[in-house]
Amino acid sequence: MTDALLSVKNLYKHFDISGGLLDQISFSAGRLHRRRTLVKAVNNISFDLQAGETFSVVGESGCGKSTLGRTIMGLYPPNAGEIHYSGNRIDNLDHKRLLPYRKKMQMVFQDPYASLNPRKTIRQALEAPLRYHNPNLSNSEVKDRIDEVMIQVGSDPQWISRMPHEFSGGQRQRISIARALVVDPDFIVADEPISALDVSIQAQILNLMMDLQQQRNLAYLFVAHDLSVVEHLSDRVGVMYLGSMCELSEAGILFENPRHPYTQALMSAIPKLEGGPSEHIRLKGEVPTPINLPSGCVFHGRCPYANARCTAENPQLLSLEDGRQVACHGVEEGRF
Amino acid sequence: MSSIRSYIRANGMTSLLEVKDLVIKFALRTGEVTATNGVSFTLEKGERLGLVGESGAGKSVTGFSIINLISKPGYIASGEVNFLGEDLARVSDERIRSIRGNRISMIFQDPMMTLNPVLTIGTQMTETLHQHNPQMSKAEARAIALDKLRKVYIPSPEKRLGQYPHEFSGGMRQRIIIAIALLTDPELIIADEPTTALDVTIQAEIMELLMELCETEDMGLILITHDLAVVAQVTQNIAVMYAGSVVEKGPTAQVVADPQHPYTQGLIAALPQSSGHGERLNQIPGMMPTLKNIPPGCSFNPRCPHVMEVCKQQVPSLRSGKNSNLAACHLYPPEKDNPSAR
Amino acid sequence: MNRLDKFRQSFLWYSFKRDKVAIACLLVLLILVLTAIFAPLIAPYNPYDPEMIDIMNSEIPPAWEAEGGTEFLLGTDSQGRDMLSTMIYGMRISIIIGLGAVALQAVLGVLIGLFAGYHGGRLDAFFMRAADVQLSFSYLMVAIFMSAILQAVVGVAKFGEIAIPFLVLVIGLSQWPQYARTVRASVLAERKKEYVEAARVAGFTSSRIILDQIFPNTLSPILVLSTIQVANAVMSEAALSFLGLGMPIDRPSLGSLINSGFELIFSGAWWITALPGLLLVILVLSINMLGDFLRDVFNPKLYKG
Repeated sequence: MTDALLSVKNLYKHFDISGGLLDQISFSAGRLHRRRTLVKAVNNISFDLQAGETFSVVGESGCGKSTLGRTIMGLYPPNAGEIHYSGNRIDNLDHKRLLPYRKKMQMVFQDPYASLNPRKTIRQALEAPLRYHNPNLSNSEVKDRIDEVMIQVGSDPQWISRMPHEFSGGQRQRISIARALVVDPDFIVADEPISALDVSIQAQILNLMMDLQQQRNLAYLFVAHDLSVVEHLSDRVGVMYLGSMCELSEAGILFENPRHPYTQALMSAIPKLEGGPSEHIRLKGEVPTPINLPSGCVFHGRCPYANARCTAENPQLLSLEDGRQVACHGVEEGRF
Repeated sequence: MSSIRSYIRANGMTSLLEVKDLVIKFALRTGEVTATNGVSFTLEKGERLGLVGESGAGKSVTGFSIINLISKPGYIASGEVNFLGEDLARVSDERIRSIRGNRISMIFQDPMMTLNPVLTIGTQMTETLHQHNPQMSKAEARAIALDKLRKVYIPSPEKRLGQYPHEFSGGMRQRIIIAIALLTDPELIIADEPTTALDVTIQAEIMELLMELCETEDMGLILITHDLAVVAQVTQNIAVMYAGSVVEKGPTAQVVADPQHPYTQGLIAALPQSSGHGERLNQIPGMMPTLKNIPPGCSFNPRCPHVMEVCKQQVPSLRSGKNSNLAACHLYPPEKDNPSAR
Repeated sequence: MNRLDKFRQSFLWYSFKRDKVAIACLLVLLILVLTAIFAPLIAPYNPYDPEMIDIMNSEIPPAWEAEGGTEFLLGTDSQGRDMLSTMIYGMRISIIIGLGAVALQAVLGVLIGLFAGYHGGRLDAFFMRAADVQLSFSYLMVAIFMSAILQAVVGVAKFGEIAIPFLVLVIGLSQWPQYARTVRASVLAERKKEYVEAARVAGFTSSRIILDQIFPNTLSPILVLSTIQVANAVMSEAALSFLGLGMPIDRPSLGSLINSGFELIFSGAWWITALPGLLLVILVLSINMLGDFLRDVFNPKLYKG
């Protein structure tokens, strides 16, 4: 376990959305109460990520997958739990001591139209992080590094003095990837990097990401909702529902035979190209809000197999013989 | 499918919708651009057609043009939109208003764009009914609204009628949009990316619902989307658009299994489902040209693996490929007699 | 492609070329500002030079009136100063105070808006409440208090010398919340964008993110606001001077000129009040209409169909 590149242990991230003091105060039963409203976005998530590996986090909107990625990147401070990077704990470091890890951990964002500063040229976007982390580089070294990553992501180094609005979505996403690569990271959080792109461009960016992984031995934390993309490029997959990890496994095993009832429903809903309309598992009800989490298993309200134990007791991730981990009382008891 | 068509033609029945050589242009300050260049397709009663393409292919503009909803500076430059024999591109504004939202309904990607946030669902539904039939009593309108909400499987519809749009989840809102579209018992529904903003499990439910409704209500559906897999699930026929033109059309299963146009082939091969785990995907090099600089000849020629000299000079007409799909590609011999009909 | 070519292709230049009102306003404004800058070269007399003033020449009407002469094109005021020269110098003072006050407002307001908006929390709450309090005082009231106290402390003669910085300070300090609110609103929108998160992932300090990354993206609303604020500041200065709290009569701004002629208006010397008043209206109107034009260009939501 100690050789993991990234290790997340019992991570929690809750957001306080209760507003100012006046909004928090309520009056009931003859007394004043101060009530805080917490969005429990990430609850007790643990996993390891090896160097050069692609670990995907999938789930539907609001399941906390993006928050998980951003918390690992230090964009949000976690409420509890630990994040270790190559054996060193990083979640409690201050700005200065975190800097060396900033070079090693980078991020690629979803919206190529918002992730580049519209007032900065491509050169400024790429040079700023490079010079910031490597103040001793000479001008020619900086230019060489930038030319190198631009070529690596399939962009023309000649374009470097242009503004972001002169590029298409796919080109911008290449430049975003170049910006992440320019500081030479080992690990990249990719938050839905292709979901804003057209199909034929998606394939280009996915290929680019796979090529870069081979050339640089990059590890990816791939946050996505598109299951067919996840199936294609992941080594391991974690399925999240309402802030909790319900199943974590090698990709092949998971897509072949999902065990958690939620994973099963999710997989059955993937539209398939061939074979016409497929039967998908209908879930009853809707995803509850992450403000008032259900007691016990977060999925029990919609689960076709839920029983009394599921409503009372929160299932822990349990390792099965094929190496996967499932958080489900039903699987544990062999009920289905 | 073609045998049904010839039967219908032979018996003098008109198709539900027949779009013929539709050319839509935009007058921009930098000059005029052509958004669609001679789009043609036919839809029979109760048929489900998928209009597939990447952003900028002209699929949404085509959908909007059917109900004459293209906003300035766009306009229909030429072509026909025959809805049950009536050319909607030529009729008066008054006439189109009596058809739009009545006999042809539209569903958009973002339900909040269509729903008024300060009115209850019930008010919005009964008002829509009143607009098209001012004589209808309140009780009647309410009964119809309830009936439609039941059709889209909204639980406890009586209670829901009194609620505001923000009290519904995204999936429920899209169901309400569909219920509103159903209010006037339309003959045709145009759905523009109806599930793009939704999660897969909800998308599957909405698509199933749309299919079921088309069958029970005998409605035609034009499903505009970029997602080939969704179209493959829902529709009977597909028209694939690229840079303002239909490049391939045919029965859905056949287009997906055996595409004839190199663009459709590339698009399907680029899907992760088409390659083995961890393999490089088949990517189409380059990107779709913007409307301002569509290359001469076949608009796909700079990206096409089979490009020939003729592709750079001549715009290919739709013709039969190796199967009954029609493809606008010089790889196949042109049909002299009837180039654009199918 | 150099900057000039880029500007020629921009939407701003495109809209400007098609907007006759905006072109006319910019022309008028340019003429006024250039006249003010080169006042010593253009004005026929120096109104500050006592040797050029002859009390015998007082209240001569403009040249086109029956009693007017060609010597003083727009007539003279009650002290015998040439109206044209005095107005040109007065406009110069008005513009200096207007620009100075806006510069002060902008620096204060932009900095407060940027940092309060980005950091949020208590800092934000404190400054925004301070802005509310500030705006609930009439700046006229504050100015009246302060100038009365200042005049009492330093004496009227000394006050005349420090009147310009005093007015810049009073108008500047009273209007910073406009900037702070505008900038804060755009910072709140910008800071959610992914390029800001990318900058944080790169490890930049928050000051660098605010000043280097976010600030350039708030420039359009600042530019629009600034034009309107310059017009407002010129008006405020005129109002204060008209009330006798601003520029003294020996170094008049447009406001004090209007004031000085006001008591003579019924004795027939209308030009002493009316002409500077007209100039003030033209100046403020052309700035305001340019501001409207900029707002329409930078905010397509207000696009008029």
